[in-house]
Amino acid sequence: MLTPELTQAIFFYIFAVMVLGGALLTITRRNAVHSALFLIVSLMGVAGLYLLQQAEFLFAVQIVLYIGGIMVLFLFVIMLVNVDEAAKQKQFNGQWWIALACVALVGVQVFWFVSKGSGAFKIAQPGALPPPSALGNTEQLADVLFSEYLLPFEVASILLLVAVVGSVVMAKKRI
Amino acid sequence: MYPITTAHYIGLSAALLLIGTVGVLTRRNIVIILMSIELILNAVNINLVAFSAALHNLSGQIFAIFIITDAVAEAAVGLGILIALFRNKETVLADEVDLLKW
Repeated sequence: MLTPELTQAIFFYIFAVMVLGGALLTITRRNAVHSALFLIVSLMGVAGLYLLQQAEFLFAVQIVLYIGGIMVLFLFVIMLVNVDEAAKQKQFNGQWWIALACVALVGVQVFWFVSKGSGAFKIAQPGALPPPSALGNTEQLADVLFSEYLLPFEVASILLLVAVVGSVVMAKKRI
Repeated sequence: MYPITTAHYIGLSAALLLIGTVGVLTRRNIVIILMSIELILNAVNINLVAFSAALHNLSGQIFAIFIITDAVAEAAVGLGILIALFRNKETVLADEVDLLKW
C-alpha cells in the first residue's frame, strides 16, 4: 500500500542517499573533475529535497543556478588550472586530528539532543496554515521578497555586482 | 523511520555539514575545498527550507535564496583568486601557498 507518507519517505531516503553519497565521493576523489561530477549528484539530491517540501522555486533555482551555473564555472576553472599535476601528489594534509575533533564534537551534540528528545528544543510554534490560495509557490515568494525583504534584495544585487567586478579583476592578467 | 519529520531533515543537514567540514579541513586541492564550502552552504539551505515547511512561513525560503546568492558570489570570487594564484605560483595545493606563514 503506497500511502502518501510512505511515498514521501521512499523519496526522502533516495534523495538522502544521493546527497550524502555524492558528498562523500566529492571529498574523497583524487581527480577534481570526478569530484565536480559527484558534487552535481549531491546538488541534484538537495534539489529533490526542496521539491519534496513544496519549494518549487528553490528547486528550479538549485538546478539552473547551482548545477547550470556554479558547476559549469567550477569545471571551466578545473580545465584552466593544471589539475593533472595536483592529482599525482598527496591528496590529504595532516589535519585528520582536527577534522576528527570537529566531527566528534558535533556528533556528540547531535546524539545528546537526540537522546533528550524533542523536549531539548524550543522550536517556535507553527503558524496557522495559510488559507489555500490560487497563487503558486513562486508568486507567494515574490510577494514576500518584494515587499518585506526589498532592502536585503537590493543589497544582494550590490553584492553580486561587487563579486562580478572582483572576479574579473582577479582573473584578468592586465587591468 | 517514517513519516518523515523535520528532525530527519536536520539530521541529514548535520551529516552534510560534517562531510563539508571534513573536506575543507583535510583536502589539499583548493578547487575541492571550494566545493566543500558549497556542500556546507547546501546543508544550511536544507535546514532553512525544512523549517520553512514546518512553520508554514516563507521567510526560510527567502533566506535560502539569499544564501544561494552568497554562494554564487563566493564561488566566482574564489575561483578568480584561484586563477590569479595559479598564474603566479603554478600550484592549486593549499599548503604550498605559504607566503604569509611564519
